[in-house]
Order: sequence, then structure tokens, then C-alpha cells
Amino acid sequence: MKPIRWTLWVPLALFATFCILVTVQLSRPASTVVESAMIGKPLPQFDLPPASADRPALKTADFHDGQPKLLNIFASWCVPCAAEAPQLAELERRGANIVAVAVRDRPEDVAAFLARYGNPYSRIGADNFSEVQLGIGSSGVPETFVVDGNGVIRYQYIGDIRADGVELLLEKLREAQR
Amino acid sequence: MIAEFGLAALWLAAALAALQLIAGAVTLRSGQGGSGEVLGTLVRPAAIVQGVLAAAAFVALLVLFLRTDLSVKLVADNSHVAKPWIFKLAGAWGNHEGSMLLWVTVMSFAGGLIALLERRLPERTMIATLAAQAFVGLGFYAFLLFSSNPFERLDPPAPEGLGLNPLLQDIGLAFHPPTLYFGYVGLSVAFSFAVGALLTRQVTPDFARAMRPWVLGAWIFLTLGITAGSYWAYYELGWGGWWFWDPVENASLMPWLAATALLHSASVLAARDALRAWTIMLGVVAFSMSMIGTFLVRSGILTSVHAFAVDPERGTFILALLAIYIGGALTVFALRAGTVAEGQRFSATSREGALVVNNVALSAILAIVLLGTLYPLLTEAFGVQVSVGPPYFNPVAAIFFLPMLLVMAVGPLLRWRRDSLGRVRSEVILAGLVIIAVLAGIAFFSSIALLPLLGIALAAGVALASFMPLRGRSLRRLPLATWGMVIAHLGVAVALFGAACDSAFTQERLLAARPGDTTDVGPWTVTLAAVEPVAGPNWTALEGRLSVRYKGGPVTLMAPQSRNFWTPPQQTNEAALLTRWNGQLYAVIGGEGEGERWQLRLWWKPFVTFIWYGGALIGLGGLLALVGRVATDLKRRHVRAQVAIRREERVA
Repeated sequence: MKPIRWTLWVPLALFATFCILVTVQLSRPASTVVESAMIGKPLPQFDLPPASADRPALKTADFHDGQPKLLNIFASWCVPCAAEAPQLAELERRGANIVAVAVRDRPEDVAAFLARYGNPYSRIGADNFSEVQLGIGSSGVPETFVVDGNGVIRYQYIGDIRADGVELLLEKLREAQR
Repeated sequence: MIAEFGLAALWLAAALAALQLIAGAVTLRSGQGGSGEVLGTLVRPAAIVQGVLAAAAFVALLVLFLRTDLSVKLVADNSHVAKPWIFKLAGAWGNHEGSMLLWVTVMSFAGGLIALLERRLPERTMIATLAAQAFVGLGFYAFLLFSSNPFERLDPPAPEGLGLNPLLQDIGLAFHPPTLYFGYVGLSVAFSFAVGALLTRQVTPDFARAMRPWVLGAWIFLTLGITAGSYWAYYELGWGGWWFWDPVENASLMPWLAATALLHSASVLAARDALRAWTIMLGVVAFSMSMIGTFLVRSGILTSVHAFAVDPERGTFILALLAIYIGGALTVFALRAGTVAEGQRFSATSREGALVVNNVALSAILAIVLLGTLYPLLTEAFGVQVSVGPPYFNPVAAIFFLPMLLVMAVGPLLRWRRDSLGRVRSEVILAGLVIIAVLAGIAFFSSIALLPLLGIALAAGVALASFMPLRGRSLRRLPLATWGMVIAHLGVAVALFGAACDSAFTQERLLAARPGDTTDVGPWTVTLAAVEPVAGPNWTALEGRLSVRYKGGPVTLMAPQSRNFWTPPQQTNEAALLTRWNGQLYAVIGGEGEGERWQLRLWWKPFVTFIWYGGALIGLGGLLALVGRVATDLKRRHVRAQVAIRREERVA
């Protein structure tokens, strides 16, 4: 049973495939951001109490009005949340509808935070046990989600919004409109 | 001075490796009786001196670490004056640079040993083998000298060493990686032999006999390394599992599978001069698997629970070496294997036939593990992230593993070349009856899943069958190598029994317990007596005090901990284990729940320890075989020398 000549090249061909594959993978920048598995999925069901006296509370049904929204996860005790306040104000000024979830917070602290850094939110829910935060696959504060008019999560922005994040989020909102 | 001495020794060793390669290549090119013959005589001495120099470089590094010479960067980064001496020593190879130096040292030392001792093969084959060894070595020398110099000086010297992390001062952690390295290096020697034999078309039984001790040695180290690693994951990770099909685990399993196949096919080649091209192929594959394993672990291309020692740049370097060595060897194989004369024929029912089945099954399992490990990489290339886990590996590997066990039980009873199952009918029937009896017995008394059920029954049958080759033979005159085979095969049965029992009969109890609460798990009664805070050098922990009783017997204490480390902040669960001959009680304490309740997780794992006893038996079997083979080789060489002397006397 003499092996056929060309079969002797098969191991080399397989090995070459392996080398090409890993070279491609190595040359590609490693993705360091963990994407939420919730992207493309509807928001979980929740109905939060209000977190501030002058804004209404937040529940899942509020997202089903056909209008895309930014959902900002923040907390008064979080320093980067204060850092992104100007960017949120800019987003609101340029027409974004921003709703928020305040994670593990006290009403008086939220009020003080909003008084100091401005209030770009149309609604604020109080997520006292992080249930909404965990339910939508957010790993920390601040995070900002783009949710379309049917309550489906379209994009997740991790960390505080930087200057270049404003354009990006507006673009994602426009995409969610379609 | 010592650092400079070490570096100089390393450079000289590298130069000698280059000489060894060039002299070898010129000799091979010039053909028989050509001008290259003179150069060819340089190859063996070069290999020996290279081995000595590399060893000197490594000793220099050991001395630097023992003295804690803080003017050397590697020492300053990885050691500390206040360390116990054994960990100072282990610190020398417990880092990238040092471990690469250890690798090169062992490899060139092995090359030196071959050059000094191996006289059975034709000289041209030896020259080709040593040249291949030098070629592989040169890549690693380049890696060391150009990108990871272990002797780099620090100016000014560091005031204080950085390496006093008590987490890493673990005797198991100190000796586990070198164990695997010895295995990998042994396979590199087998690789060189295979390339040498292929280049000179001398794929002979003598080649297999020369290569076999190195494969055996490598295989013993890999077996022990995997066994120890599995036990480490079992008690350290606190999940109660002992094998996770994690990429790093697979990286150590794949060379072992290839080495196991190589070991068996080399035996066929040594005894019967068959399976020539296949043995060469396995020699190449076994070393590729250790290189691919190292690459996957070091490059961080696959994410893993063992994510340490990751460095993409080094990964690229290893990939380049991998491509050159393995690509080169496979090209030579494709060009030459067709011209290697065909080996002896044999019938399907024969020792060779059984070993071919073993080889096919092992290769299939290897392919399955490799595919499963690389599959996430493949899909990621198309933008999909997946992870492959036990639901794939277990059943698919079992498809090949279980039939292989049946053949393993029968194979050693068969004769070489041609045999009939009729001759071993009574043995086969006996083993078959045991398997069926155990199968029926367990299926009758308990309802367990199919795979563990088959596993236990096959373990019983294989354990019995592993002793059958001893039947009708004088135990005292039985070759040591045969004892080795018997014990290694028994070890497979023992490990299989442990694994099957673990997955079939493990009882788990998860509860939120208040101090004073009592619960049952299997035959054990467990009481949570108290939860106390305790403190270690860089951690604080909550320690559960459990008093446990086996079937109402005397009380034993267990103390699982939930530890909080502060640099870096990290929480770990230190499991508490209580071992009896028939299993282990495994206890883990978690965080505090509401109202002073503590998460307590208890497992009773009958016969789980047999997994590692089996692994140790397999290693012991390998060791016996190695001692037996080497002793026989030495005896033969002595006899041959005596004959030569007598002949000379007669002529005179």
C-alpha cells in the first residue's frame, strides 16, 4: 500500500492553513472591549421608581414610543459620570432624547448631582439594587445605550462619553431611527 | 562577572550550534567519501561542547539567583533577598527568559548526550540528526540572545527585588512548568531523529530504537505534568472539576496524545520494521504539538482561565520558529517519504494491527482536541465569537476512546505479524464477561448516564485484561519493559474508573447555612460549627469550621476559606479536601448571604482520586519501560564490545 504522492503534501497544506489563520489573528488588533450580549435584543422588563423629584420615573414601556433614545447609566457617587456631563448636555442640545438610570443612589444625592452638573435627562429611574444595570448587560457606570423606538438595544458605549463620542452617539441614534 | 560569564557561554554555545549545523549540512551535501567527511567529524564534539556551555550558562543564572544579584534585571524583577533558597532557585526558571534558557539548556544537553553515546545509527544519519537538533536550537538561541537576554544588567542595581509574591511561592508551581518542558524537549529530540532519518532515508528499526528512550522520557514527563496540572486545577480553582478542556490544558494534552501514538508506532518499527513513514510523521507531529501548545499559551491568541505569561510579540517569534521548523520538516516529509522503502507487511489481526488501531484512534482524538481548541480562532476570523467546551469534547473524544480501550485490552495478547482471535478466545471471552457483568450490575442497581456506565465497565475489563500478558510467563524473567506496559495499561483503567465514578456518583449539596446547621452529603454528615476571620501575609479570609463524620464515625475538622487578596484585589476560594481511600469530600465556602447565612458547597466524590493514581501508574509504567529499554541497550552494547575484543584477540 504505497501512499499516493500528493497525499504526502496534505500535512503541509493543513499546517500552512493554520499558520495563515493565526497570522491573520495576531496581526489584527485584539478586541479589548467586551460587547454586551444584549445588543439586538429588547430591553428587559422593568418599572423603576423615580430617582428625582422633578423628573418622571422610567419603565420599559416608555421606550416603545417609536423614538430612539439614549439610556445613560450613571450614579452621583461616580466621578467619570460628572466628567461626561458636558458631553451629555451637548447631546441634549443637539436633539438627543436622554433617559437615565441612577444606580444605587439616594434621591438627595441625585438632586445635588443634577443641580451641580446639569440635568439633560427627560426621565430618571432609581435602580436601587442594580437589577436593570445587570439586566441590560452593563458592567459599570457610566455606560450609555442606544435604544430604538421599539425598545431594542442597538449600541453600547462603555465608560464616560468623550468629545469624539458625541458624534458617534448621534450617528448611532440616526441609525436607530431607520 | 557571573552574568557576563553566562552570557559569553550562551553566545559560544550558539556559535557551536551554528558550526554543528553548517558542518552537518556540508557533510550531507558532499555525499559519501567527499571532502565533507572531515567537517563531519566536527559535529559530535561540537554538540558535546555546546551542551556543556549551555549547562554552564544555566548554572550561572542559578548562581545569580541564589546570590540575589540585583544588578541583573531578571533577578531584580523576579527575586528577593528574603525568599527561601528553594524559591530563589525556582525563580531562575519561573519567568520567560529563564524558562527559555532552561529549555535551550536541556535541549543542547540532550544533543550532547546523543553525540556522546549513540553509536547504533549510520554516521551520516547521526550527523543529519545532530544538524537538525542544532537547527532547532539556533532558533531558540536567537530568541534568547536577541529578544530575551536573561543576563541583562541593570544600571544602577535595584535596591530591592520585586519578586516576593507569596502567591507564586508554591512548590508545585515551581516544578510543574519544567516538567512539561522536559517533555517538550524530549519530543524535540525525537523530531531531530525523525528529520535525520528522513534526510538520509534510514528509517530503520535501529532508528526507532535510538529514538524510543527519548520519546519514553518525554512521555513520562508529560504524563506526570498533566496529572499534576489536573490536580492543581481541581483543588485550586474550587469548582470541583478536574479537567476543563481549557486551551492551556489542551496545549499540554495534544503533545501527550501524539507522543503516546509515537511511542506505540516506534515499537512497531523497532520490533517489526513496519509503519516507517507513519512513525516519521508522528515524530514531526509530536514536536509540532508541543510548539503549537507553547505558541497558543504564550501568544494569548486564545483566552483561557490560565491567562498568564501572555505576550503577543513573543507569540509572533514562536510562530515564526514554528513555521520554519514544522513547515520545513513537513516539506522534507512530502519530498522524501515517498522514497522511503515500504516496511514489512502484516495482517489485520496481529499486534501491529492492534497498534495501528491505537494510532488511528489517538490521532483522531488529537485531531478532535486540536480542532476544538482552534475552532474559536477559525470562527473569530469570520467575526463570530464562540467557545467550545465539554459538550463537544467529551462525547466526540469518547467515540474513539472507548473502542481504543477494547483494542488496548486485546492487542498485547496478540502475536506479531499474524494471529487469529481464536488463539486468545478464552481471554477475550473472560474480559468480555467481566465488562458485561459490571455493566449489568451497575445498570441494575443505579441509573447513571451511558458514558460513565460504559466507562466503569470498560475500566473493569481493561484492568483485568492488562494483567493477561503476564499469564503463562515467568514473572521473574519478564522484561522490565513488559512490566511497564502492564502497569501503564492498568493505570489507564484506574484513571478511567476514577473519572467515570466522579461523573456518575458525585453528590453535590449547595446550601446557605447558619453556624450550627447540619446537612448530609452522600455518606457524610457535615456541621458548620463556626465562621472565623483569619489573616495571611497578603490576604484576609473567612474560614468555615466544619466538623464532618463519615457514616456516624469519629469527627474530623475541615476548614475551607474564602480569601480576599489585596494586591491585586482578588477573591479566591480555598477548598478543603478530606481524602479517604474511596473518595474525597470537597468543601468550599462562599460569601455571606442574608441573615448570617453562609454559602456552603459540598461534594462527595467517590473514587475521584483514582484519576491521579491512574496518572501516576501510567508514569510509573513508562519509567519501568525506560529503565528496561536502556538497560537492555547497555547490555547489548557491552556484549558487542566483548565480541569485538575477542575477535581482535583471535586475529592477533
